[in-house]
Amino acid sequence: MAGESMRDVMIEARRPPNAHRGVVKWLQRNLFNGPLNSVVSVITISVLLWALWPLVQWALIQADWLGDSRQACSGEGACWVFISARFESIIYGFYPEAARWRVDIVFALMAGLLAWLAIPRIPGKRWAAIIAVIGFPVAAYVLLLGGHFGLMHVSTRNWGGLMLTLTVATIGIVGSLPIGIVLALGRRSNMPLVRAVSVVFIEFWRGVPLITVLFMASVMLPLFVPTEVEFDKLLRALVGIMLFWSAYMAEVIRGGLQAIPSGQDEAGKALGLGYWHRMGLIVLPQALKLVIPGIVNTFIALFKDTSLVLIIGLFDLLAIIRAGLTDSDWLGFATEGYVFAALVFWVFCFSMSRYSQYIEKRLQTGHTD
Amino acid sequence: MSRSPSGDRVALWRNPTFRAYVLQGVLLAALAALIGFIVVNTMANLEARGISTGFGFLDERAGFSIPQTLIEYSGDSTYGRTFFVGLLNTLLVSALGIVMATIIGFAVGIARLSSNWLLARLATAYVEIFRNIPLLVQILFWYFAVLQALPSPRQSLSLLEIVFINVRGLVIPDPQPLSGFAATPWALLVGIVAAIALGICAKRRQVRTGKALPIYWLGAGLIIGMPLLVFLLTGAPLEWSIPELTGFNFSGGVRVLPELVALWLALSIYTASFIAEIVRSGIQSVPGGQVEAANALSLPGGITLRKVVIPQAMRVIVPQLTSQYLNLIKNSSLATAIGYPDLVAVFSGTTLNQTGQAIEIVAMTMAVYLVISLVVSALMNVYNARTLLKER
Repeated sequence: MAGESMRDVMIEARRPPNAHRGVVKWLQRNLFNGPLNSVVSVITISVLLWALWPLVQWALIQADWLGDSRQACSGEGACWVFISARFESIIYGFYPEAARWRVDIVFALMAGLLAWLAIPRIPGKRWAAIIAVIGFPVAAYVLLLGGHFGLMHVSTRNWGGLMLTLTVATIGIVGSLPIGIVLALGRRSNMPLVRAVSVVFIEFWRGVPLITVLFMASVMLPLFVPTEVEFDKLLRALVGIMLFWSAYMAEVIRGGLQAIPSGQDEAGKALGLGYWHRMGLIVLPQALKLVIPGIVNTFIALFKDTSLVLIIGLFDLLAIIRAGLTDSDWLGFATEGYVFAALVFWVFCFSMSRYSQYIEKRLQTGHTD
Repeated sequence: MSRSPSGDRVALWRNPTFRAYVLQGVLLAALAALIGFIVVNTMANLEARGISTGFGFLDERAGFSIPQTLIEYSGDSTYGRTFFVGLLNTLLVSALGIVMATIIGFAVGIARLSSNWLLARLATAYVEIFRNIPLLVQILFWYFAVLQALPSPRQSLSLLEIVFINVRGLVIPDPQPLSGFAATPWALLVGIVAAIALGICAKRRQVRTGKALPIYWLGAGLIIGMPLLVFLLTGAPLEWSIPELTGFNFSGGVRVLPELVALWLALSIYTASFIAEIVRSGIQSVPGGQVEAANALSLPGGITLRKVVIPQAMRVIVPQLTSQYLNLIKNSSLATAIGYPDLVAVFSGTTLNQTGQAIEIVAMTMAVYLVISLVVSALMNVYNARTLLKER
């Protein structure tokens, strides 16, 4: 009996199963799992090759990188000399060369503060915030505008390029956040007049395009103030941008306020805290933390829309590049110019959006502990 | 006079009701003062500059030409007319942009959820690239870098020798209705009304008897088939004017401004990247249990999609989609950067520069966008109320 169920010869060793890893397996699983997906993959790959290869050739392989005049351009690919030749003005605009070190200091201060605020591991966030909100604007104002402490006065008419873009974005962001907080609180107030004013203000700015706001700021604002008051063009644009974005900021913050259970506020009342203490110490810190991603997204939108100031005649990054395109020595480099502008904006916006996703993830895990 | 819980009288200035009144009074006074300040200054400034206020300028002769007019317009028309010409151009590019952005957006949003790794990554790359580049840069790029680099009319790129594109714009065939064509649009209208009526009847019948009519086929027949039949029966009264190169330019067909093409492309591609994200999150927001439950009821795949997944995804998608449409309409005002004659470029631009009536013109322009926003938000509220999760 036993002999029938038992073998007396060894079974030959089988080949190991096909690997579940490796390039081929991965391709099979992700690109060629079924006839439809295979067709889609083949089409996508061919479109990518058809579109990307000429692009890479144009932008990198056949491009001209070195030189300082139009003669350096071979005309076969992109001519990045157009950018490098006017790199200084793209960064500083018409800022006098002798004073550009002041812009550099402001850039460095800003980068340092941003890193301090954005990297969670560095301690002392409260100090960073205080310096960012009070110290930095004063320092930047004194350094950029000059006219004090023996620094040469540089009129805002000479500001331009990346420096102006960052200035407009920073002031827009720093200015619209507090106005937005006040408006969001106002919209949730139980005083009818306060609520009505906030609602009308928010809905008005959210209902009109930023361009018309900038037009209004540049054409109508000077009419609103006494004739003696000189309104700087940059300041006018900044007022428009701040009012406009504060409405969007208010709606984001309102979302956060609504997410805080009313028990938090009631607990504060039970402790005998007044309105501002309850809001400032209990509700707002939680609400703002919840909507950090939303606030960063508004920052991104604001940053992108700073390019609109070119329409009212300010020379931001985009406008400087555009002005360079009309230079008779450099006609016909529109593609290089706009691709470079797009790249700069993209790097800023993409890093901000990545940061917002990172913060979102951090906050999500924060809930469980 | 209110009392504290312990029964003591509370000082008037600690009474919340009283404080609320005082605060609102102060706010009202401040607002009134601000408005008064603005009005007084504006009056003084306008007087100093010799600008008269009022809307009388709308009846004056405009005297400038506009490259694209959907309604009759000439240099002899009034400034009031420029307002409507601009408004219609804004609505045209917005409508075109909304259609195109929706198509691209849904395609890319669904592609992001594809099981095909490459397609999903490509869709993600699309979203991340176009969402993070300012719209203005994109508009200028399409206009100055792409369209201006196209060949001259004589070397136009053509599609089947019917559609041509060159540096002066896009030339497409122009349909010329002959007599008797009017019956077709009427047939379309009747078809739509009949299809809606049929839909309501079919629903009632299904509730009563449980039998479903092939409503999609019948509706398609009514909306597409009937007008087509009428069109053919009346003898196909439509002629196409095909563009033809004569000398240095095209004759026949309609020329679409390059500005319109650039603006349309940029608006569609930019907005589509946001719509794609909305579509993706909408579809992902439907819990997997819903599909599993439908499978457990052995509903066919098509019905699961139509009756279970899409309605729930739409509840998330539609409100955000509408706000993207509103953004697109507002963003179309960037037309002024490349000279497409939209409301802002024509009315807040040329008309304002010629008349100097800044306040009236900026107010009218803003009012247009505000009215569009408020109407759409009101419709949105109705939709939200109807699709609100019915809690039992």
